[in-house]
Amino acid sequence: MTEQLTQPRHAAQSRESEPYLVVDHLTVKFPTEDGLVHAVTDLSYSVELGKTLGIVGESGSGKSVSSMAILGLHDRRSARIDGSIRVGGTEVVGLSENELRDMRGNSVAMIFQDALAALHPYFRIGSQLAEAYRVHHPQASKKEAKARAVEMLDLVGIPEPQRRVDNYPHQFSGGMRQRVMIAMGLVNDPSLLIADEPTTALDVTVQAQILDLLQDLQREFNSAIIMITHDLGVIAEMADDVLVMYAGRAVEYGPVTEILTHPEMPYTWGLLSSVPEVSSDPNARMIPIPGNPPSLLHPPQGCAFFARCGHSRKVPGDLCATTLPELLPGTRGPQQLKRCHLADPDAIYEAEVLPEIAPELVEENRG
Amino acid sequence: MTHDRPVTGEPSYPDAPQGPESGKVFSGGVRPDPIADPQTTEVDRDPEDRELDRGGTGGAVEGESAVAFEQLVGQTHTATALDPTAPPVLTVENLRMYFPVRSSGVLRRKIGDVQAVDGISFELPQGGSLGLVGESGCGKSTTGRVITRLYQPTGGSMMFDGQDLAQLSTKQMKPLRREIQMIFQDPYSSLNPRHTVGSIVGSPLRVHDMVPRKDTLKRVQELLEVVGLNPEHYNRYPSEFSGGQRQRIGIARALALQPKVMVADEPVSALDVSIQAQVINLLQDLQQEFGIAFLFIAHDLAVVRHFCPEVAVMYLGKIIEIGDRESIYGNAHHPYTQALLSAVPDVKQAVTGGRRERIRLSGDVPSPINPPSGCRFRTRCPIAQDICARHEPPLLQIGKRHKVACHFAGRLGQHPVKPITARLLGVDAEGQPDPGASPTTDLVEQPGYADTWFDLDANTIGRA
Repeated sequence: MTEQLTQPRHAAQSRESEPYLVVDHLTVKFPTEDGLVHAVTDLSYSVELGKTLGIVGESGSGKSVSSMAILGLHDRRSARIDGSIRVGGTEVVGLSENELRDMRGNSVAMIFQDALAALHPYFRIGSQLAEAYRVHHPQASKKEAKARAVEMLDLVGIPEPQRRVDNYPHQFSGGMRQRVMIAMGLVNDPSLLIADEPTTALDVTVQAQILDLLQDLQREFNSAIIMITHDLGVIAEMADDVLVMYAGRAVEYGPVTEILTHPEMPYTWGLLSSVPEVSSDPNARMIPIPGNPPSLLHPPQGCAFFARCGHSRKVPGDLCATTLPELLPGTRGPQQLKRCHLADPDAIYEAEVLPEIAPELVEENRG
Repeated sequence: MTHDRPVTGEPSYPDAPQGPESGKVFSGGVRPDPIADPQTTEVDRDPEDRELDRGGTGGAVEGESAVAFEQLVGQTHTATALDPTAPPVLTVENLRMYFPVRSSGVLRRKIGDVQAVDGISFELPQGGSLGLVGESGCGKSTTGRVITRLYQPTGGSMMFDGQDLAQLSTKQMKPLRREIQMIFQDPYSSLNPRHTVGSIVGSPLRVHDMVPRKDTLKRVQELLEVVGLNPEHYNRYPSEFSGGQRQRIGIARALALQPKVMVADEPVSALDVSIQAQVINLLQDLQQEFGIAFLFIAHDLAVVRHFCPEVAVMYLGKIIEIGDRESIYGNAHHPYTQALLSAVPDVKQAVTGGRRERIRLSGDVPSPINPPSGCRFRTRCPIAQDICARHEPPLLQIGKRHKVACHFAGRLGQHPVKPITARLLGVDAEGQPDPGASPTTDLVEQPGYADTWFDLDANTIGRA
């Protein structure tokens, strides 16, 4: 189904100054047997070359759906996509399958979470890498493609790439397979790399290696990275900007240091307080977010987080239950956007949440 | 659309079944048109389904806000504290578990062993918890399975209640199985999808004849309530529950036999972050209420730090460092522990202090079929020297509740130049035999802690 665009397709030249990736009022809906699932609603963000955007949220918050839309991976017969996605000035929404294929794996590439499932078990690593290269470089010979595969394996730190290039995926360990995935993502020097939970299944030591590798490669190739994860520690290490998603919408968006030190949306507080820190005070608590995310079949009328929010009593009236808060600048400046009715969330965070989850930080601030 | 169900006085459960999976159940014969306006389809569905779709917080209804933050904080726990006087409930000594590797072909000769667990000793205090951490393949899960006697150990002893679990036959084990229960990692594969929750939680009660048959259901409902599920849901199937709820079912099943020891093998790693805290707080509740000792196996060092006042770090089948929370997280002396800790991404440090320098460990864990000679960590160790290849470092007690197995044990960046173990082993600094030295003979790994130890800072013998 080709979706009529809500905005006219802009000419690339008029937008030369805009970031490499611009997602503008993106809405994705899927019709299902039970009704229309509002997977992503009115989502806007942008990523510049050389920068990393971290997207966090629970399962089903729409983080993967929104990034798959960038690659046009949704079934065009069923998914209803509105809004605009511009990659390097080109409008992606509404592109034909051929044009999309030209872009996938070339200027935009994706790294998946489960490397064993994403690599084909019947084919050698080398031939899978070479295939990805030759699709976008039809003039390259098989020999050149294989040389490129070896070069990429070497780049991501696989020892003895000459020999390993002829191995099958099962002969690699988990961390090595993830490196192969990254090599495959980078084989055509993409300008935008989407990493969907790239380290979730890995040990911390291997995770550290992979994160280092991604940062080194980003420095070398100046690519833009979207990092989808639920680990705020990974976000803190990797990201320049953070987008917190809940029930298909952005609920907080801004620079990483601001969001992680002065979060202004109770859902972000919940994420921060439900995981302990390896260096935390023994008096710190793990405070869960009660309940479950709302069904996206019938998104609630007011704030989607209202039914789980422990702070809604501080908002006068039944504003939270009836009115969806706008994504507006927070109290600390225009760079941080939040979707919450609370009048002074930063003060509540400092006074109520922080003493429970990081008592030692409160001490520091006082002293 | 409004959800104005009258709120009755019924208790609210942290997360009652809900969500898209349960929403798929249609009671009526007419399937609503998928594209149609949700408001019209709502009419075709019975009230139960609508309730399931709501996806609120169990008792909380739309128009009704969730439990207040202050109240929520009151339901949580700070990190579990250490009780140094608790007697051990389980004492494991020199436990070994080897799996034979056989040749291909008809004869299937034994050509080697996977030394999954190779001589570990520890004590599990009554009502306390010991964390077992390490990379995948270090033998931590195997340890858990040996203790629950899902495997027959190759050697060593496990003293529980005056009996050595390692020596007991399967038949002799049966009455003891109720004392040691297990919580599994994957709540999707550890519950039989064709059994109702009532039958899953009730089966240990029936097998061990814990309660008269007619009271089983009552007991099951009590258990469901204890773990925060709605007791009315005993006749539902696992597929109707979310991941966190399924893990609660697994916990209720383990709890049914009122065990003294619970082995929790990665109990939260398959759950969403917001759910992890719920399950950890539940386990802390249960520990305080029933005095259960936990062997907590996990690779998430931050969760282990919160739940376990004592931690053992394993590498390739050995415990390389063990101690209380402060010793391991604040005063680690083994380079592997230091590397593990430095690899954990930390929200605070990364935000306030910029990027930290990590200790990069190269390569992967070596094969446990052919472990490296001497110290098993030496192939990846940043400070390894000749002695490390020649001699295995003994697990030395270096603090009141702190043991480490390293020739060059020391704080990060302050590792000694000379091996601290050379004199004890009767060798020189390179690990060659020293004819003049008198090696200490009592270097056998003991469970628990001694009253005296080697104080590395003062270079003397420390005393309690």
